[in-house]
Amino acid sequence: MSEEKSYLDMDLLRFSTAGSVDDGKSTLIGRLFYDTKAIFEDQLEAIEQSSRQRGDENVNLALLTDGLRAEREQGITIDVAYRYFATPRRKFIIADTPGHVQYTRNMVTGSSTANLALILVDARKGVIEQTCRHAFIADLLGIKHVALCVNKMDLVGYEQEAYEKVRRQFGDFASRLENVVDLTFFPISALQGDNVVEKSANMPWYDGPTLLYHMETVYVGSDANHVDARFPVQWVVRPHSDEHHDYRGYAGRVAGGVFKPGDEVVILPSGFRSRVKNIQVGDEELNEAYYPLSVSITLDDDVDVSRGDMLVKPNNQPRITQDLDAMICWFSDGKTLRQGGKYLFRHTTKEAQAIVTDVRYKVDVNTLHKIEDDSEFKMNDVGRIALRVSQPVFHDTYRRNRNTGSFILADPFTNETLAAGMLR
Amino acid sequence: MRTYNITHLKQLESEAIFVMRETAAQFERPALLFSGGKDSIVMAHLAAKAFTPAKMPFPLVHVDTGHNFPETLEYRDRFVEKVGGRLLVGLVQDSIDRGTAQEESGVNPSRNALQSVTLLETIEEHQFDACLGGGRRDEEKARAKERFFSHRDAFGQWDPKNQRPELWNLFNGRMAPGENFRVFPLSNWTEMDVWQYALVEEIDLPSLYFAHERKVFERNGSLLAESEHVELAENETVSTETVRFRTIGDVTCTGAVRSEASTLEEVIREVAASRDTERGSRADDRRSEAAMEDRKKQGYF
Repeated sequence: MSEEKSYLDMDLLRFSTAGSVDDGKSTLIGRLFYDTKAIFEDQLEAIEQSSRQRGDENVNLALLTDGLRAEREQGITIDVAYRYFATPRRKFIIADTPGHVQYTRNMVTGSSTANLALILVDARKGVIEQTCRHAFIADLLGIKHVALCVNKMDLVGYEQEAYEKVRRQFGDFASRLENVVDLTFFPISALQGDNVVEKSANMPWYDGPTLLYHMETVYVGSDANHVDARFPVQWVVRPHSDEHHDYRGYAGRVAGGVFKPGDEVVILPSGFRSRVKNIQVGDEELNEAYYPLSVSITLDDDVDVSRGDMLVKPNNQPRITQDLDAMICWFSDGKTLRQGGKYLFRHTTKEAQAIVTDVRYKVDVNTLHKIEDDSEFKMNDVGRIALRVSQPVFHDTYRRNRNTGSFILADPFTNETLAAGMLR
Repeated sequence: MRTYNITHLKQLESEAIFVMRETAAQFERPALLFSGGKDSIVMAHLAAKAFTPAKMPFPLVHVDTGHNFPETLEYRDRFVEKVGGRLLVGLVQDSIDRGTAQEESGVNPSRNALQSVTLLETIEEHQFDACLGGGRRDEEKARAKERFFSHRDAFGQWDPKNQRPELWNLFNGRMAPGENFRVFPLSNWTEMDVWQYALVEEIDLPSLYFAHERKVFERNGSLLAESEHVELAENETVSTETVRFRTIGDVTCTGAVRSEASTLEEVIREVAASRDTERGSRADDRRSEAAMEDRKKQGYF
């Protein structure tokens, strides 16, 4: 394939960043954008103009990532912002979240779809509470790859000891993380560009890759579950036309495992068995489908299947229970969660009602200590609860499968999303 | 070891198809907003794919300012026939005649902002509870914080401070009567992704996107097309240039770029080398720093 058409072979990496105003996160994103030519002239001009208007001395790259006027006026970031850049190898989606303690919920949101978490540490300050909070949330949300950037190396004379100290400090903490399998450290200066896109001449003692090279090459294809076949039915395609009179396609996104034509499947909850007749996307027939492909599946037999049902394999079935054990993060700033509370429950393509049967403990996200004497969840609280759902839920643990192990709770009166949950 | 890599375009396609099927399933009366621009063309192409061999379970809605490039309307009608869709048109002129919208006056009048009025009226008339739009987060900074499922109150307003958190693939489309949603299946696409996807899928795009000769004139740094809807100022002169458009909106505010790119491959090469964003040529976005944020709050696409 010629180089100019390499994009036909590119894949995708989603990563999350979190950081406070002064740890250089915006500068790092600005650097990645600038060095990969993702900033356009007119955007640069616009932020130069804004910087002048605000009386900033230098071009304030943070303005590139602070989207809304409401935020610029207050000098804060209120939400998750999604940003994009690409190299010839990969397209990147950044979920950029503010790092303050009160924004745990945004970090949870941004981490929920990420493959990699980018965590910044100021080389002068070393590992601080916030570093651990970011790492804990990334781990809680099942992110397997963490890139820890020891930033501002230029301000410590590019000394190796500052970098090694962070590695030791964070290494101790990382041993308590459950899901992270790949932890990589980078000594960088986002401001000067050292080891971000270009290798640094200032740190000859570092022989690892640059941050961008790592992000371009880290293999995330096996992060998704390709073992336990799960296909939540999203929509039933029925053309009602003469040409396709008896056609019934089950449309959905594969949530786990691999499906192939000829595979024997069980339909939940009915328990009927059939075989996969064909798998297609539009007019194209596939010989296999796995996460995250959206496909339509037809079966050999005319069985009753509807939205909320799930196709699985006979010898590998999910857990089917009404009682669930979960970690949650509470989002609402008006309502609190209590034992006995009733909520709308959304999981895969199913909607039901749920009641909180037990509040087990909350977690202090800074110290990771359990709090057992406070059973009321307020905004940004993380902890463990038990739920009873109005109908059986076909699920796996979140650790095994993000798609069949996650749910949200919504308010039955205001409809707002109140909490995110991960099944245990 | 077996690997499971899929290309970024396939991932974006799967995500968009998932979001459109979720829209069809969660709402009673969805619609797809179709402008005839490349984003809505790609979105409609994906919608056709998502429900094959059935027809897409929602109509295409065009909010027509009356200030179109003629090529856009020709293309629209051809496209709708090809995908077997149902087309509904909301006319800005009707809103003006009803007195619910008022034509702008001044130097550079545009019906762009009036579209919001007609859009909201069309939503109300047909009682749409979800409108699929081709907006992308990379287009503009107010869009970077937009959700896939974007909740709108009974006045059609967007409240950036009070958006629902969106996690995993779980979209919460529940709402009170009178409220509605905007849904953006292409949220994670960039301009480049759209061009590349059009190439890979061999999607036929309007001729405006490719280099052609056109009578144009300069205004505020934009290259605008000569048309019956635009009045020339005294110092403005028309010349014939080889140009193409990166976005297509109203003829009154869509700027052209000088270009020789006449095929999708050439356009992709040109976009890759370009140092300006596509909306840099849109007069509607240049009005103020928060132009898009303000229009969105009032119910814009």
